[in-house]
Amino acid sequence: MKLNQNSKFLLAALVLVLLALPFATDALLGRGWVRIADFALLYIMLALGLNIVVGYAGLLDLGYVAFFAVGAYCYALLGSPQFGLHLPFWIVLPLGALLACVFGVLLGAPTLRLRGDYLAIVTLGFGEIIRIFLNNLNAPANITNGPQGISMIDPIRIGGFSLGSTHELLGFTLPSVHLHYYLFLCCTLLVVFVSLRLEDSRIGRAWMAIREDEVAAEAMGINTRNIKLLAFAMGATFGGAAGGLFAGFQGFVSPESFGLMESVMVLCMVVLGGMGNISGVVLGGVLLVLLPEALRNGAGPVQQALFGKTLVDPESLRMLLFGLALIVVMLVRPAGLWPSMQRRRELIADDGVVQQEQDTVYDSSK
Amino acid sequence: MDILLQQIINGLVQGSVYALVALGYTMVYGILGLINFAHGEVVMVGAMVALSVSQLLIAAGMPPLLVLLLGLLVAVVVCMLLGYAIERIAYRPLRNAPRLAPLITAIGVSIVLQNLAMIFWGREYHAFPQLLPNNPHTLGGAVINDVQLIIVLVALAVMAGLLLLVHRSRLGRAMRAVAENPSAAALMGVDINSVISITFMLGSALAAVAGIMVSANYGIVHYYMGSILGLKAFTAAVLGGIGNLRGAMLGGLLLGLIESLGAGYIGDLSGGFFGSNYQDVFAFFVLIAVLVFRPSGLLGERVAERA
Repeated sequence: MKLNQNSKFLLAALVLVLLALPFATDALLGRGWVRIADFALLYIMLALGLNIVVGYAGLLDLGYVAFFAVGAYCYALLGSPQFGLHLPFWIVLPLGALLACVFGVLLGAPTLRLRGDYLAIVTLGFGEIIRIFLNNLNAPANITNGPQGISMIDPIRIGGFSLGSTHELLGFTLPSVHLHYYLFLCCTLLVVFVSLRLEDSRIGRAWMAIREDEVAAEAMGINTRNIKLLAFAMGATFGGAAGGLFAGFQGFVSPESFGLMESVMVLCMVVLGGMGNISGVVLGGVLLVLLPEALRNGAGPVQQALFGKTLVDPESLRMLLFGLALIVVMLVRPAGLWPSMQRRRELIADDGVVQQEQDTVYDSSK
Repeated sequence: MDILLQQIINGLVQGSVYALVALGYTMVYGILGLINFAHGEVVMVGAMVALSVSQLLIAAGMPPLLVLLLGLLVAVVVCMLLGYAIERIAYRPLRNAPRLAPLITAIGVSIVLQNLAMIFWGREYHAFPQLLPNNPHTLGGAVINDVQLIIVLVALAVMAGLLLLVHRSRLGRAMRAVAENPSAAALMGVDINSVISITFMLGSALAAVAGIMVSANYGIVHYYMGSILGLKAFTAAVLGGIGNLRGAMLGGLLLGLIESLGAGYIGDLSGGFFGSNYQDVFAFFVLIAVLVFRPSGLLGERVAERA
């Protein structure tokens, strides 16, 4: 990649901002917001993983969080007092990712020949099945500890360096949330890098060809089944890895964190930000983590100021505004806030094409 | 034996509710190829409105049967308006947008409705007033009470009415024409937009009826009741063959039976390892199995793949 002077400067500035971010937010907004930044990075990883499935290959997955759950529970079961196992991070995290990948293949192999909407429902069902099992596998043999979840999970430990405690490095005091921030930042950058390279690769082009027109892609000699399965498995792997990081960071997992709403949130990040466009997905992830938090902190005081009392429970108000935001953004920008170049071109071209594409009113063939 | 009969009765009652909700999904899908994700919330709104109306009227001292009828009427009207509004606001502007866009607005609508309901009616479970006599009848060792009997009968009547409407009336012909080919239907002088609106309103009316049934059966109303019910009803629609009215009815009843029998017997079959708390899993296993082995559903004739 060749960069001109201007973009080199921008990139350097971005790196500096990202490096300084935890210290700045800690000083200005408090430690809670550093935690939120950590979660934002985790969600960006998840969203980028889902972006491979939904954005590149055009397969609608509504149960994506199931893979996140598999990774998280794998970490939790193998690195906590639950079974007395304390396997090291380097084994548990890849194992979680691998397990999620296996689940992805198992689910994908029979269902990927279905049309998009059906796939959505199957994945949705799969997400619910995983959650119900996690919720109920505590009796008669206690595996997942049921709705209480698993606590006291080992912190992420790299060599002898535990991310669970405060460290002094180069004159900086780095609390646990800061350390996790940097770890997650590295992982996110890795995922961004992998996504970028995939997008430009033969596989990436095959995914996009399938997304645009599966029959044509097959006619061009693409093995659509295997390529689709690859997208599904790869998305699942990223989800599983993010799940492992989540478990190590939180120190606690319970089925509650893996409901349908979480899948929907991640999907919204992808679609709202702009499917298939990495910057768009990152933007979507940041917005959808920060917006509800800002509303949570803002909704109460603003009501106090306007009406002199809290009229509406801030929690419902925040979700209400969130739902409205989803509707409005989609109505105004159906291709997302920051669509990929290709989508943008399509949308301009669409005006002429739409007239011919009247198979169904909602254009289910797309 | 009487346990088996009892499970079958419970399954049929629950299945009638699923069938009514599934019809709403299947009608919309048949015409627009769109999963109306907000449909489950319409069921919830129907139940909630009926609850509020009946609480008001009972306080005014009206006879229970009249209260029920008025509650039903108001709930149906409110839900029809709601269905119309959802289609108008969230789906119509996006007819030519990328396919995922209306799905996201549907999710948005569903979040908005759920939280509005939470703001209006609160987070707590509400007791639904008992408006019908609830005498149990014994039937070969199993028990069925009046409410359950009425639910099954009303569901059957409504479904028969809907079939008549779709297959025997001018409006029904227009609906089938739009489902078959919207542009050809438009050329034949069918007003597509109004047919779509009416479809949404019909589906929402059925959802209101189903909402009242389910709350009368369990005696409980809750702002969160819509989503899981909607999910299962969608499963039922897929099971029967989505886009097919008879399929939705059959799928609903079957799903109710599978769930109730599955939950009743899984403990014995798995040697006590799994309990009835796995009830919700059945719907989804059935769904996956159907889609893998017969993607067009039990009664579906359409070839699913159209790339």
